[in-house]
Amino acid sequence: MELYELTVHELLEKLDNNEICLEDITKSYVDRINDKEKDVQAFVSISDKEALEKVKTIKERKTKFAGIPIGIKDNMCIKGTKTTCSSKMLENFVAPYNATVIDKLDKENMIYLGKLNMDEFAMGASTEYSAFKKTKNPWNLNTVPGGSSGGSAAAVAASMVPWALGSDTGGSIRQPSSLCGVVGLKPTYGLVSRYGLVAFASSLDQIGPITKDVTDSAMLLNLIAGHDEKDSTSVDNQIKDYTKALKEDVKGLRIGVPKEYFGDGINEEVKTTVKEAIKKYEEMGAIIEECSLDIADESLAVYYIIACAEASSNLGRFDGIRYGYRTKNFTSLKDIYRNSRSEGFGAEVKRRIILGTYVLSSGYYDAYYKKALKVRTIIRQEFEKLFKKYDVLLTPTSPTVAYEIGSKSNNPLEMYLADLCTVTVNIAGLPGISIPCGVDKAGMPIGMQLIGKHFDEETILRAAFTYEQAIKFRENQKPEFKM
Amino acid sequence: MVVSKEEILHIAKLADLNIKDDEIDEYAKNLQDILNFVDVLNSVDTQNIKESIGTVNNSNVFRKDEIKEFGDRDILLQNAPEQEDNMFKIPKVI
Repeated sequence: MELYELTVHELLEKLDNNEICLEDITKSYVDRINDKEKDVQAFVSISDKEALEKVKTIKERKTKFAGIPIGIKDNMCIKGTKTTCSSKMLENFVAPYNATVIDKLDKENMIYLGKLNMDEFAMGASTEYSAFKKTKNPWNLNTVPGGSSGGSAAAVAASMVPWALGSDTGGSIRQPSSLCGVVGLKPTYGLVSRYGLVAFASSLDQIGPITKDVTDSAMLLNLIAGHDEKDSTSVDNQIKDYTKALKEDVKGLRIGVPKEYFGDGINEEVKTTVKEAIKKYEEMGAIIEECSLDIADESLAVYYIIACAEASSNLGRFDGIRYGYRTKNFTSLKDIYRNSRSEGFGAEVKRRIILGTYVLSSGYYDAYYKKALKVRTIIRQEFEKLFKKYDVLLTPTSPTVAYEIGSKSNNPLEMYLADLCTVTVNIAGLPGISIPCGVDKAGMPIGMQLIGKHFDEETILRAAFTYEQAIKFRENQKPEFKM
Repeated sequence: MVVSKEEILHIAKLADLNIKDDEIDEYAKNLQDILNFVDVLNSVDTQNIKESIGTVNNSNVFRKDEIKEFGDRDILLQNAPEQEDNMFKIPKVI
């Protein structure tokens, strides 16, 4: 087995036993990137030389993750390197400071292999809206990897990075993880600092791990979680060791299955496979009960109103003055604003700014934005009710498996339906994890989502770990880079 | 309800975006599609329901309001499209 195929906890074991050295690991990934990136196109920028140089300087493993490589979605700032958000607007933007998550990884002395592709400003569900390139799904190169963290999920699936950070506003970690057959965790809102993450929708965004297995997910969450005074929404809770939750035990675990997520909009093979997973949980001793999440349909509407409203406000800062793209075509200050924004943003970003501006504009604010905030309260209350009865909720992660590149990119509304199963979790600020549970007839991965109570990542990690150990997806299924 | 051409141009102006004449119809259609879709919210009874701004039970995390120097002025200015004497440069406004 090649080193790049291993999980991080397997790599650490080999390091501890002196079977390998740190340089072997980084070299293995750099070779793998050289071999596969031309097919997968997951990176916006590759820092192979810097990675190889840095690992040489690490003579001693002073911290647990010293010299372990990682990939970062290109909307998180690493000081002195480009952070583009896959947008022409930030094509040449060099981050003046580190995101807090990067400071935390730096403390461990980890190695950055590069910045990973995404939908422009994280707006999309297929990574096709990147201004630079279309990332391919390693399981079938004609299909999308999902999005917006499609580069991160594809790079992990293709073993070009051992693990990666993504960000999730409406499903952008979980949905691409599902489509690429890897594990994606969106933490509770407030668990991980958003400082240095380029803002899309501030009340929904969270950074989280994309990994090959659940153990790595818990380890990476340990590294990035915690209060940060630079993010006033990050919560000052006690620090936990999430790896302690990794026990094979779901006996008596109460799992609710909301029937609304097994309706017409969900592909039949996805439904069947997720139902098999539910059966497996039952065999392992979990208590399964069908339940109802009445607001499933309304959630998507609430999501698009709130996310676009917040985005239109957040993206107001891109004016061609202090940073970012500036038009060559201007005589007045107003020209700079309007022309820089019109030339710098892509079509989907502009569509969402227009929608967001509309729902916040005088005359429509109450009917759309205020209404959405009220329904958001109802959605939170619905979850509160369900979590009095259940420890975990289980749904499919994505309504479909990965689809062909180009087949939905011209239909914004159809693309929005990709987030059907995931957005409610962001609206209510809950933690959610997507883990692979099988493949369809064409061999494409299917994922399921486990949703937990606020700050109860342990329970969904335990449930995910137990299932993973039982079906051993990674040992039986591998991406084949089909052309 | 139908989104008019004038409305699209008004919104574009508020958002500081140019919309070309041949793009107006497409923007109007896209916006209309989404507005039709979000109409589902009208069937939700929200009487006596308060708005939710955040998600986790509204406890503010405070810190002292102190000025801290960022320090590295050069690295902040290097991203500016145009600068002069340590300042961002813009066209004349008055």
